[in-house]
Amino acid sequence: MSDLLHDVEELEHDASSEYERRRVPEKALRGPSAFWGMYAGEHTAGTEFMIGPLFVKWGADAFGLIVGLLLGNLLAVLTWRYLTAAIACEQRLTLYYKLEKIAGGLLVKLYNLANGLLFCFLAGSMITVSATAVGPFFPPGTIEMPTFQSTMPTGPAWVISCIAIGAAMTLVALKGYGVVAQVGHYAAPWMFLVFVACALVTLGRLGTTDLWALLTPAADTPRTISFLGIVFFAWFCNAAMHIGMADLSVLRFARKPSAGWASASGMFLGHYVAWICAALLLIYWVRQHGVDPQVGKDPGTMVSDAVGWAGLICVIIAGWTTANPTIYRAGLAFQAMIPGLSRAAATMLAGGLCIAAGIFPAFAMNLLDFVGIYGTILAPIGGIIVVDHFLADRLGIPRDPAERSGSAFNWSVLIAWLVPVGVAMWLYKTQGVFASYLPLPCAIACGLLYVVLSKITARDAIPVRA
Amino acid sequence: MKMAATSVGILALAGTIVPPAVFMLHSIGAGEGGTSSLSLDTVKWIMLASTIAWFAAAPFWMKVE
Repeated sequence: MSDLLHDVEELEHDASSEYERRRVPEKALRGPSAFWGMYAGEHTAGTEFMIGPLFVKWGADAFGLIVGLLLGNLLAVLTWRYLTAAIACEQRLTLYYKLEKIAGGLLVKLYNLANGLLFCFLAGSMITVSATAVGPFFPPGTIEMPTFQSTMPTGPAWVISCIAIGAAMTLVALKGYGVVAQVGHYAAPWMFLVFVACALVTLGRLGTTDLWALLTPAADTPRTISFLGIVFFAWFCNAAMHIGMADLSVLRFARKPSAGWASASGMFLGHYVAWICAALLLIYWVRQHGVDPQVGKDPGTMVSDAVGWAGLICVIIAGWTTANPTIYRAGLAFQAMIPGLSRAAATMLAGGLCIAAGIFPAFAMNLLDFVGIYGTILAPIGGIIVVDHFLADRLGIPRDPAERSGSAFNWSVLIAWLVPVGVAMWLYKTQGVFASYLPLPCAIACGLLYVVLSKITARDAIPVRA
Repeated sequence: MKMAATSVGILALAGTIVPPAVFMLHSIGAGEGGTSSLSLDTVKWIMLASTIAWFAAAPFWMKVE
């Protein structure tokens, strides 16, 4: 996460100051090393402490966690390498500028709004996770910690903790997050080792290194997630970034598409090792303290119990350094939406929404579903970019149609985006389809629909703007 | 200065991971009902000291462009 914060801040600075609306020039290209550190940092975040235990709640078995996560993360890396990085290195444009060329400026603002709101809920989850690290600093019972079943705030002390942490994060985001980014940069290698330390202590306390046996849930544990569910979750928990093409903004600085392999550092350190380490924490509490896996235990208490204050510092830093740029970016999205809104006001608006989301544990406790929904809403835009980049010429539809026609709003894109998302949300709400199954079909359906609608609208030839 | 900070940083990382590893090996080696000769409290204090040492040393040697 931390390397990312520094690198992305730098890359975004480059982007906003120089290359926001043009191709990245040769002199600004970076070698692969910047991307390996960036991805490793980004995907070892506070929310990993939540996702591992949620797998235990969902009855994930050893084969699913060891093989399924391996397979899902491999598929995610391949998607980054052969879709995102391939397009990024040919186009060398931000997602926003590329989307503006296809969809028009007004539609990009709508996308920005959706992105900004989802960012707020994500940062809210990070505030929730960080706030669980506050409890162990006080006498037991002072702050009632949320469980997996908590949807509402657990009490005034919890609300105050979230407001204090969220307000501090927002204030730092308001001032620019250079210091936090730097702390995050320094913290990255240490933070990963704290995750591993948690697992080592847990294995010691359980008296075994038989990971397979430990990760096998009790016979009476409800199996809410299958092997395929774990594969798809690992593959699409960052759907907005790879298949959704948000990482075009970062990978456009890569000298070669092979920089896409750098995502492996994030996937296999953060989304494999760190998730399994975090899962072991709850397994210990289930086996030794009789905690019901459906109720769970808050990350702060589990980490504090395993490795003490170092763990609490890790939970706070992991949440803080990831939430901070998320609040900052959400603020930028709102600023783009609301003309005349200052950067400070936009950041405070985003921070307020994040705090409100953080106070309600429902978002963090349903993170497995939330990241699937996040991907389902944003990934389809990537389907349109894939069609535009790889297939438009072959299928006889115009590339960058909004730019060519001078349109500010491409209805084909809006319909192609919203129809599959609407169907997916219906399937999720009424048919109980696991949210992580939805981003891929949604992106494919969006791409296909875009082709059909573009064919229809292309009957009237699009005049090329002089 | 940089060399000293680098050494402290490496020792701090070792202090973050080695005590938990030793705790695990001792606990498992002690068998069921046995306890590690390295107590968990000691592991936690070493990890906290290592954390402080890491954040004190890292700014002096970690590359920040």
